[in-house]
Amino acid sequence: MLTREDVEKVAGLARLKLTEEEISEMADKLSQVISYVTVLDEVDVSNVEPMAHVADVANIFREDAVRESLPREAALDNAPKSDGKYFLVPQILENA
Amino acid sequence: MDYTTIIGLEVHVQLLTKSKIFCGCANLFNPDNPNVQTCPVCLGLPGSLPVMNRKAFQLSVKTGLALNCDIASFTKWDRKQYYYPDLPKAYQISQFDLPFSADGWVDIEVPSTGETRRVRLIRAHLEEDAGKNIHDESGRGADSRVDLNRTGTPLLEIVTQPDIRSAEEARIFLEDLRLMLRYLAVSDCEMQEGSLRCDANVNLHVEENGETIPTPIVEIKNLNSFRGVEAAIEHELKKQVKAWQTDPRRMGEVPKTTVGWDANRNATFEQRGKEEAADYRYFPDPDLCPVTITQEEVDEIRSTICELPGVRRTRYVSELGLTPYDAGVIVDQGAEFASYFDEVCVTCGDGKQAANWVTQDVQRELNERKLEIGEFPVSAPVLGAVLKKVVDGELTIKSGREVFATLLSDAGDGTRISAERIDAIIADKGLGKEQDTGKIDAVIQAVLDRNAAVAEDVRNGRMQAVGPLIGQVMRELKGADAKDVRQMILDKLQG
Ligand SMILES: [Zn+2]
Repeated sequence: MLTREDVEKVAGLARLKLTEEEISEMADKLSQVISYVTVLDEVDVSNVEPMAHVADVANIFREDAVRESLPREAALDNAPKSDGKYFLVPQILENA
Repeated sequence: MDYTTIIGLEVHVQLLTKSKIFCGCANLFNPDNPNVQTCPVCLGLPGSLPVMNRKAFQLSVKTGLALNCDIASFTKWDRKQYYYPDLPKAYQISQFDLPFSADGWVDIEVPSTGETRRVRLIRAHLEEDAGKNIHDESGRGADSRVDLNRTGTPLLEIVTQPDIRSAEEARIFLEDLRLMLRYLAVSDCEMQEGSLRCDANVNLHVEENGETIPTPIVEIKNLNSFRGVEAAIEHELKKQVKAWQTDPRRMGEVPKTTVGWDANRNATFEQRGKEEAADYRYFPDPDLCPVTITQEEVDEIRSTICELPGVRRTRYVSELGLTPYDAGVIVDQGAEFASYFDEVCVTCGDGKQAANWVTQDVQRELNERKLEIGEFPVSAPVLGAVLKKVVDGELTIKSGREVFATLLSDAGDGTRISAERIDAIIADKGLGKEQDTGKIDAVIQAVLDRNAAVAEDVRNGRMQAVGPLIGQVMRELKGADAKDVRQMILDKLQG
């Protein structure tokens, strides 16, 4: 069972602000999800290699060649705020 | 207070690829043109997929081998998740539990103690760099600006064991690492441009009542100069000693602190205080498949590693008989310079002679002309050929210098400098060493006859009088060796 502290921590990591109601609702829902996947604990995996990737492939590379980048206007197009050269974000406090 | 200083470093190195690690955007330091080297992949736009740059992986393995690391036959990519404006995907592609290399070491020489110290490396892994934030420094709280040109630059993170015992050792480790990476041509290591950056973890092991007590670790972030590394650690150590003396705290009693270094004020400032330990929730990146490497492939990359600075320095001292100082001067100039020296040395067959000329004459000319060794008009075989004549006794050192100077001034006129020019210059200027002792003898006799009083002084033991006599002889016999002439005069007068 997830505690409300667990939910608050996960929400904090995801930068989500939850109301009191949402916190208890999420505690329930997340607990359900987790109890659902705990079924997996019943499987003996002691002799199974951890899987790094679902597809059984390795070594997909591209050669080191430069391709054209987006024009700056296109790069900045989706930004909530820009000055035409940079993305603008609310002041970052290094000691926050 | 009896204590040991404990320092571990985390070094970030940008790799010298043409394109970024997971996309085809240019990997170029370009702060004057922000946000022109981006694409859907490095902007983290939905639906885009990263593909690994082969060269970035090869350069990493090359570095890992030079750092004496074990190369993993299987390695994978993980997402390290945190929010920061310079990280558009809100996760960094990095390596968590299966880095491509681990368990290496670097030996450093510490001049102040004369010791060789081994710094063990925990691991080196590959990841992508973040973008760059530019903060408003007016204090009016204006928006921060974000440039994503750097996002996705291939970045090597090298983590040492806490084996470093002083600020000086930390600086030397970093200087040696930089030189090695430049020899390997895996990074330009321009610290001003941020392609080599360093974080330092610093604490003390205090000995008290037969107990070793570790103090809380302080991490100093983003050091980007050698001087900064040494000064910041020095400063932090003083602070920690004082803290122990006034309010002793053990490791674990207070959380790890992170500080920045203000080079202008020569002080550290706290960045994050009581924040809970970072929780990055690493998991394997489903967008990238693992990389496997065979022993043959590792060996092939190993065969591309040139002779590294440490090995070179030792060889110059033990095989060529150079002083450690001269060996250091040559090696520190970089791989190209050291190779130039090697070729001069092989051509003339005398390491010390080659070292003298390369570290004095050649370096002086390079400095005056603001040239790199690759642009120097007198190539190594040509200088080697001049020195061969000096070594074989066909030219005096003085005449050798004149040939060298003439070659250089000819180069200024656009004349192609080849070894054939040397004999022509020697003939033109009559620089060939005078080997005809009969002729030298005759000139000496004539000079002594003209200067009977001075000769008498020398005969009576006033040795400083011999100088002007040598001078007169040399004016008449350009190619004579001053040392030989001196001896011949003395033989005549005292014999
Ligand atoms: Zn890109």
